[in-house]
Amino acid sequence: MSSRTNVSCLHEARRVAIFGGTHGNEMSGITLVNMWKQNSAEIERNGLLIKPFISNPKAVEKCIRYIDTDLNRAFTPENLSAPDVEGRLYEVQRAKEINRMFGPKGSSDAYDVIFDLHNTTSNMGSTLILESSTDLFNLQMVHYIKKAMAPHTCLVLLNEHPQLKYSTTRSVAKHPIGLEVGPQPQGVLRSNVFESMRTILKHALDFIEFFNSGVEFPPCTIDVFRVQERMDYPRDTNGNITAMVHPHLQDCDWEPLNRGDPMFLTFDGRTILYEGANTVYPTFINEAAYYEKQQAFTTTCREILAANAIRKAFK
Amino acid sequence: MKPSMALAFLPALARMAVSGGTHGNELSGVYVVQEMEQQRKETGEHAWPIPITTVLSNPRAVRECRRYIDRDINRCFNRATLSSPITDSSPYEVRRAQELNNLLGPKGSTDAMDLICDLHNTTANMGLTLIHYTTSDWVTLHICKYLQTKITKVPVRVLVLDVPISDAYSLESVSKHGFSIEVGPQPHGVVRADIYTIMKEAVDLTIDWIHKFNSGTVFEGGDVEAFKFIKSVDYPRDPETRTLTAAIHPQLQDRDFCLLKRGDPLFLSFSGETVKYEEEPLHPFFINEAAYYEKEIAFHLGKKMMLTIPSVQVQKD
Repeated sequence: MSSRTNVSCLHEARRVAIFGGTHGNEMSGITLVNMWKQNSAEIERNGLLIKPFISNPKAVEKCIRYIDTDLNRAFTPENLSAPDVEGRLYEVQRAKEINRMFGPKGSSDAYDVIFDLHNTTSNMGSTLILESSTDLFNLQMVHYIKKAMAPHTCLVLLNEHPQLKYSTTRSVAKHPIGLEVGPQPQGVLRSNVFESMRTILKHALDFIEFFNSGVEFPPCTIDVFRVQERMDYPRDTNGNITAMVHPHLQDCDWEPLNRGDPMFLTFDGRTILYEGANTVYPTFINEAAYYEKQQAFTTTCREILAANAIRKAFK
Repeated sequence: MKPSMALAFLPALARMAVSGGTHGNELSGVYVVQEMEQQRKETGEHAWPIPITTVLSNPRAVRECRRYIDRDINRCFNRATLSSPITDSSPYEVRRAQELNNLLGPKGSTDAMDLICDLHNTTANMGLTLIHYTTSDWVTLHICKYLQTKITKVPVRVLVLDVPISDAYSLESVSKHGFSIEVGPQPHGVVRADIYTIMKEAVDLTIDWIHKFNSGTVFEGGDVEAFKFIKSVDYPRDPETRTLTAAIHPQLQDRDFCLLKRGDPLFLSFSGETVKYEEEPLHPFFINEAAYYEKEIAFHLGKKMMLTIPSVQVQKD
């Protein structure tokens, strides 16, 4: 007997944005968005308004992560409600503009979906980043993308941690999704990374088009990695790092890290071991942009999320 | 008598410098220099068998973790720039280059350092590459040969530029026998333990060679395989906007020093076409180096050659 009563009816997702250049040196998203701004044929879908958008154009021009402050941390309630003043940080001003164009954040006028395209120097492969474990639309979308990308692996990172969660550019939308593909050095465009991101987006847009056309997506489960803790480098009293990610941990994103496993290697050759009680799954291992954020890697735990069947609500 | 059978007597190498942070976001060298300075603090001047000057070439760029502040300092050591008058509006790096020339040179004089080892990283898959501006420096080539025999974890290659010393624009040309140690692949702004370890080993072995040489060891001559720079190739670009229309082809990416033949793929355009190589067989390197996009270089091409060096021994007084 089918459980027809357990289908969640959700609003149509009509307005979709694709953000590249939230960080001005993460080249896959910048290149894709610029390409689609010139010729949008590839991303057009029936009934969908799709806007490719460069979020931080000044940073893109200089090929740096940000001008004054990280745009992807700038969408706090304080920043978004602050009055327009002279001498404001560029990214805070930009956050307010983006909130006006694609939000307001939290309102019914906000864009339905924003895909925010990122690269990382970490060996994370293709990662989809969620901010909520209860957003059924997003859960079903990532499930669809993972299946469509197979056998290419797409992993899901869930950052719902009350303290470590941050105010992302995409959080302006009702359904924010981060796409993080690596490893790729900042300022470099690798063909394989570029094509992976392009393919993920193709499947994501297909999902939205199917959903809007009335397709019902059955209940599913999704394996996710839930953010637990940020681990910094060992540092001296001046704040300088005194060790590097250990060669046994380097490039081992998503693999189990157990108590007693090597974690850091000091510059004079001493190994520092992981002392945590439980097995964790590290990610964002040795991301270039995170040295200044005091983060050598992030620990996660594995979890299985369940999602109801969904379909578009009838008018 | 074959050149390699001959024995050349050369003066001892009295003074060596190790420079890191010439590009402020190439971190292995920054940390190798820092570690050496820590060693000097702990063991004093006897940390190494010969006197070594350690220096962070571009401290402002290192502090900001950027390649440079105003201008790439590693293009500022040619005669013209070193002798240009300094004004208030001079770029930071031109000023600093002249300071370094006073500290480690002056370039071309007998007071200059015997050897500068300049430490670099690249986002290209170049393993350990030793770069020198001339093909005729036997000391440098002997050190390269020594490193090639001693280091087995990664490929060790020699790259030569073949320019006259006055035109050589990189830091190590300030010394009598300098070379750059380039290790990759490593993203800029990242320090990888495996890459750091390779660079530290290369520096330690260089010091080791100098000590052995100064102590009278005969280093046998022979052939050293080297790649000589021929030219650079840029990315395909939109003629109006100059933005890229293609990326390095997946079959070329990470294949530094392979042999490129006619018909081999070079670039994959965003619309799916493959751009192929149409010229004489050559070897690409610095494939997809982040810092070279603004210099309009997708990769360099070089010709493989054999350089023959004589056996060498230190000149006894």
